[in-house]
Amino acid sequence: MYPRSFEYVSPGSLDEATSVLASTEGAKVLAGGMSLLPLMKLRLFSPDVLVDIGRIPGLSSIEDRGDHLAIGAMVSHAATASDSSIAEHAAALATAASWTGDVQVRNQGTTCGSIAHADIAADQPSAALALGATMVAASAGGVREIAASDFFVDTLTTALGPGEILTEVRIPKQGGASAYEKLGRRGGHTDYAVAGAAVWLDVSDGAVSSARVALTGVGAKPTLAEGVAEALIGTDGSDAAIAEASERALEGVTVLDDLFGTVEYKAHLAKVMTRRALQQAVAAAT
Amino acid sequence: MGGGFGVSTTSVLGGVVKRREDPALIRGTGLYVDDLQLPGMLHVAFVRSPYAHARVVSVDASDAEAMDGVRAVYTAADVAHLGDLVTQVAVGKLRPLLAGDKVNHLGEAVAMVVADSRYGARDAADAVDVEYDPLDPVIDLKEAASDAALVHEDMESNVLLAWEGGPWGDEEAIAATQQTIADAKGRDDTVSVSIEAVNQRLLPMPMEPRSVVADWNVGYGRFTVHSSTQIAHALAGGIAQTFGLSLTDVRCIAPEVGGGFGCKLNVYNDEILVCFASQQLGRPVKFTETRRDAAGSTIHGRGWVATATITGTADGQILGYELDGIADMGAYSQNFTVAIPFLGLFVGAGQYTFPTHWKVACVHTHTMTTDAYRGAGRPEAAYYLERAIDAFAREIGVDPAEVRRKNFIPADSFPGAATHIGFPMDTGDYETNLDALLETAGYEDLKAERDRLRAEGRLVGLGLATYVEVCGFGPSALVDLGFSWAAYKIPSGFSGSGLVRVQADGTASVIIGTGPTGQGHQTTWAQIVSNQLGIPVENIRVSHGDTAESPLGIGTFGSRSAAVDGSATYEAANKVRAKAADLAAHLLEASADDIVFADGGAHVAGSPDQQVSWSDIATLAYQPHRLPEGMEGGLEAHAVFSPGNATWPFGSHLALVEVDGDTGDVKLLRYIAMDDCGNVINPMIVDGQIHGGLAQGIGQAMFEDGDYEADGNLLKWSFVEYPLPTSADLPSFELHRTVTPTDINPLGVKGIGEAGTIGSAQTVVNAVVDALSPLGVTHVDMPLRPKRVWAAIQAAKTNGSVS
Repeated sequence: MYPRSFEYVSPGSLDEATSVLASTEGAKVLAGGMSLLPLMKLRLFSPDVLVDIGRIPGLSSIEDRGDHLAIGAMVSHAATASDSSIAEHAAALATAASWTGDVQVRNQGTTCGSIAHADIAADQPSAALALGATMVAASAGGVREIAASDFFVDTLTTALGPGEILTEVRIPKQGGASAYEKLGRRGGHTDYAVAGAAVWLDVSDGAVSSARVALTGVGAKPTLAEGVAEALIGTDGSDAAIAEASERALEGVTVLDDLFGTVEYKAHLAKVMTRRALQQAVAAAT
Repeated sequence: MGGGFGVSTTSVLGGVVKRREDPALIRGTGLYVDDLQLPGMLHVAFVRSPYAHARVVSVDASDAEAMDGVRAVYTAADVAHLGDLVTQVAVGKLRPLLAGDKVNHLGEAVAMVVADSRYGARDAADAVDVEYDPLDPVIDLKEAASDAALVHEDMESNVLLAWEGGPWGDEEAIAATQQTIADAKGRDDTVSVSIEAVNQRLLPMPMEPRSVVADWNVGYGRFTVHSSTQIAHALAGGIAQTFGLSLTDVRCIAPEVGGGFGCKLNVYNDEILVCFASQQLGRPVKFTETRRDAAGSTIHGRGWVATATITGTADGQILGYELDGIADMGAYSQNFTVAIPFLGLFVGAGQYTFPTHWKVACVHTHTMTTDAYRGAGRPEAAYYLERAIDAFAREIGVDPAEVRRKNFIPADSFPGAATHIGFPMDTGDYETNLDALLETAGYEDLKAERDRLRAEGRLVGLGLATYVEVCGFGPSALVDLGFSWAAYKIPSGFSGSGLVRVQADGTASVIIGTGPTGQGHQTTWAQIVSNQLGIPVENIRVSHGDTAESPLGIGTFGSRSAAVDGSATYEAANKVRAKAADLAAHLLEASADDIVFADGGAHVAGSPDQQVSWSDIATLAYQPHRLPEGMEGGLEAHAVFSPGNATWPFGSHLALVEVDGDTGDVKLLRYIAMDDCGNVINPMIVDGQIHGGLAQGIGQAMFEDGDYEADGNLLKWSFVEYPLPTSADLPSFELHRTVTPTDINPLGVKGIGEAGTIGSAQTVVNAVVDALSPLGVTHVDMPLRPKRVWAAIQAAKTNGSVS
């Protein structure tokens, strides 16, 4: 559990951080370190330079900006899980954050870090995807926004370039309701997800008017289950309609097996979690 | 139920005394081995095999040796003169200190790198170039037992021996037992039910990984070795034996030890190798396991596959029990290895009367060594027995509690009761204990509630299991069965000792031969001494773990420390008390027979006003010129206690679970335990031990899986892949006791360290199988992770047995 030798820099500003990243080959951003440091200790990943963004002012707040919430790069899972505006406008993310790791991990690890790391078994990436989040990436060349649906590229791979820092995640205040369900590796909600589903939907005039569903843990990356949304929109959101729509959860997804789930089992769980999350969201939206 | 001694209100035995070691542990002021920094200390990393089975073609350490800060790289040839790892039960292939021309399990050490820093040592280990020629490994237990391929080409068979009984060692009598069971099976009115089950391999994973620092002092010709070990004296002896030294040439210190569970009840090759390196380099040398080292290279537990068969009549009378199994020893035998299933044999028939034929073969495979892990052979034995009884009860439709009650050894068989292998048991009252559990839990109400929920379609289950344990080893006569510890220069390891010294100011030092890995010795031993002397607990300090000062005690394992070394300390305290009575009599000008110890001092019976304090008594003891003629100065005593038997705790456990039929998720709703460990010295510590034991047994039942892949890979390098139970996964345990004191030691205590583990895995599995029984499920192998439970539900549905 001893990493290879590396350099450590602790910039005092975002500009300094992005300029270090731009000028240094093999540099990696360190936020909470809850995923990065174990990989380094196992020598599975050995960056030459760690750029610690923990001392940069202004990255630790959750802001309500009228039409969206902005979650800064250093906001911990615990802060995301307990923030009242996130609970109101992004319940799926609050729940996902509350089920991430354990108390120590939630106090040290960050929501943006979990999203940037993009572990397929992590909870918050799919919540961000279902909520239609926008990722804000800063680099020496400027700032750009990336839609969540474009952000997750492959296993542990995002659209972030080597010189970019995920400075905040923006969640639209879009009405409706959202929910997250998972089955953890130790059962219940503890530990990494074997499979999970995040959903957001809106209901008007007794019918589901819009919906997004994203899956945790089943494919190579957090994935939008567009077939489910398509099947659900226009229905009354009844248990029967939800059950039918949930059957389409795996359209376009190649399910991968691991120590905790066979392909068959995870495929089944994805549907169950989708159904349960949708039922909660419909109940909350109506 | 209560518990404890029920003695006078001044007694501290049986009372809650908060753990005196906790302030240091909680505040971080306890010293663990890895905290130790010695001047000039060097660090070790091992080059480990990435293959389960391979020829080592070459080892090229030239790049590593050329790196800055690298002091040495050692390979097998460098340490060949030291022989194989010193091993107590030397049956099977013994471990080479470093692998030579072959590696026989993943993670086997091939080379040792010594460097100025632990980071540098790791970098250099990565730079050692080892060329391997991979071979097919033998992993599967049945394949290993068939000898289709040999694990070690110079051995005739992979099967080392088979433990068979009962009785034990009498082939004619064993054949007669087999015939009795065969006759029962042949009857028209009997039913036989079999279960084939895996008792999966587990990784001990104490919170503190193992760590050792060796320091060879060339001037004194002496090793000082700090190690995170359960057996400091045996380690000292093992090092002495290996290096041709005397016991006084090796001082071993086990400081704070952060959990052991049996995995630190071994002398390890790394402990010998750091001694070698220190001697070679003239510097202190430290090795601290990484979690990855711990997963692959510290001993594992369990690892059995077996078929258990119960034969009995429809009214629940059991006429025969058979166990036919294979136990995985791994590639090399270490301290106890082949003896672990032997402990299972002791309690193979549990606390029951029925004829039992029990046979478990011990086989080598290309995996890490197995050895003692909390319960060590007894959880496996209890698991098969209690799963089979449950399956039999279900088959005949009789309440599982009733089946057990019907077959218990009756309370009036004591004294004189014996196990199926003919070993005498101390005390027991199994029916009273079971009845107490059922009444306390409200068993009938729970069954009614389960049935009501089941009628609603919910998968709710109740699981019951009972157990008897053998622990508190003793007796010293185990030496005659071959458990002598002679390999570690200890002629008989199964007695205990304690030293009680009243200091000149009237406080007391207690020095014991065994040390804790979390059991609370500093509190429990202070209570024992306080109870005998009347010196307040806060004026007693307990020391342990330094072989230079502590009397010989073999270690804390097998739930033995309180029963054996605690009893020795009790007797030492009584010797001190007798002398103190003489001293007090001298001060009070009275007869020693009339001295009463109370209120932190002594007085003459009937004259409590004229009290002398322990300080007064001790002051006299350390002023020999004032003593009466013929009395020696000082106030201390040492005692050795040699128990005439092991102890036999027992208990009954009940679990309530609900299974989510859609996901296979098991929720443990209630866990109720009725344990009987004899007298209870400190109820809080006993409860804590049960908490931990239950968590580990439930961990096996629900979460943990240390089995190797078919190719010999072990995909469990961290807690991401090897989930352990946490408090978040467990209900608040409901603990109760019956108290049946043992008669083989003066404290009447039996031991409680392992009982929770021995009783719990099958309790949970019985409950889950009960929950799934409406679907036709009769068995699910551990761990009951959601994917496996769901697969069992799917299989049952596919089989069309859904009601």
